Amino acid sequence: LAGARAGRQGMSGLLRRRVYLRASEPRSQYDVIVIGGGGHGLATAYYLAQQHGIRSVGVFEKDYIGAGGTGRNTTVLRANYKMPESVEFFKASFGLYSTLSQELDYNLLFSRRGLFWLAHSEGALRIQRERAMLNQALGVDTIFVNPAEVKDLCPQIDLSAGGKGHPILGGSYHAPGSVIRHDAVVWGYAAAAQRLGVSVHEGAEVMGIRVENGRCLGIETARGFVSAGTVVCAVAGYSSKVAALAGVRLPITTHPLQAFVTEPYKPILDRIVSSVDLLIYISQTSRGELLVGAEIERYSTYSTRSTFSFLAECASRCVDLLPFSAKLQILRQWTGLCDMSPDYSPVIGLTEVENFLVSSGWGTWGFKAIPASGTAMAELVATGRVPRLIAPFRVDRFRDDRLIPDRSSAGTH
Amino acid sequence: MGFILDCPSCGPRSYHEFWFGGELRSWRPDFSAQEDYETTWLRANVAGPQVERWYHFAGCSRWFTVERDTRSNTVLGLVSLARTDAPDGTAPVEDDAAR
Repeated sequence: LAGARAGRQGMSGLLRRRVYLRASEPRSQYDVIVIGGGGHGLATAYYLAQQHGIRSVGVFEKDYIGAGGTGRNTTVLRANYKMPESVEFFKASFGLYSTLSQELDYNLLFSRRGLFWLAHSEGALRIQRERAMLNQALGVDTIFVNPAEVKDLCPQIDLSAGGKGHPILGGSYHAPGSVIRHDAVVWGYAAAAQRLGVSVHEGAEVMGIRVENGRCLGIETARGFVSAGTVVCAVAGYSSKVAALAGVRLPITTHPLQAFVTEPYKPILDRIVSSVDLLIYISQTSRGELLVGAEIERYSTYSTRSTFSFLAECASRCVDLLPFSAKLQILRQWTGLCDMSPDYSPVIGLTEVENFLVSSGWGTWGFKAIPASGTAMAELVATGRVPRLIAPFRVDRFRDDRLIPDRSSAGTH
Repeated sequence: MGFILDCPSCGPRSYHEFWFGGELRSWRPDFSAQEDYETTWLRANVAGPQVERWYHFAGCSRWFTVERDTRSNTVLGLVSLARTDAPDGTAPVEDDAAR
């Protein structure tokens, strides 16, 4: 035992845990409090300090950073949306992501793959053609491809889709489609924000939000009241719950989304393969796992229990598209919570409570929005003006029926 | 996450047989613009017991109202099979169930 202990000490340099976050006691006052230590919250805090010099920022996370949607999503970056407002926003976000490793001085394993959205029906095919045309008009590289071109770009795909009567008729191909390491995005933002003086508090649940005369004054925690000039709520699936603490009702319902990974294998799939009819998407991670996800469940829930029916159905569709995957072993599956809005577009900005802002409604595509959402929210907090990029996604757009319906961009991831 | 819903007409069935119609809400033609906005778009989306609408599309084709704990998906019981639930006779409205 003594030898083992000595051995462990000898190895300590190799096995030492790298500490990305310094723990600190919450102060009694911050200029800005961000609720939620996921990608959106940490990016907002980082850009507040980095672009606007606001360093008195406290991020309050009830669990550990990245425990929610940021750590559970399937890491795809893309800008192939189907409403002009969304295309503009995600084009900006993709641009920020592509240089984020350098900006944060942290290797995020950004990897450009190329993304297929395959269609197995005439209706879906028409939507992919429209998508490609709209994207090109707005300067986003999405092209319409026929089955031969699909096979040429990705020979692993079975064009008959398992020979079950729904062959691949074509689709759209978005060459910039990329993957990036999701945990690294969280750690990179958190570490960079902390270097600039931001405080990140893990295991610090917000129990209440103090509002007086329609004005938000701060938050209640287990250790007492913390006052703030502005409170930003960036808690994804828990948006309704946290907003309710401030007396705000949102047009949001919480739905579960499931995914699974196989064991790691040698590199075999360099594209990201999605089917808008089978509602499945597949990519190979930098660790070699095949990462497979599906659509949201149609009922609302806060339960993150995974189901066997998802695993069976999704694995079957994966084998239909990529026959080689039949031989792979499944390693694990998990569930995350999505804050779905009625028009599938984000719900972000000012609320009826003064100084209480929300970044929500990110639904199934929050991860790819992180840098643009963070910069826009930071600008809104710092200047009080709503940035042009997020103005169309204002919280009360449903009141005057200014919806941004983009469901066809949410069918998969 | 999967669960069994006890259909009042057909008995216990997998949730796959049902469409989810959202939390129970009622609408009246004489609603003000504010009431209409709140009923149409805003949701409580509670983490806990939620009274909600379900439609048995693979069975009896009927709407009914149950109470379910959204933290665990435990179905707490049938609230009503009636088309009208509110004492003032207002009709429930459901989310786009087929989406």
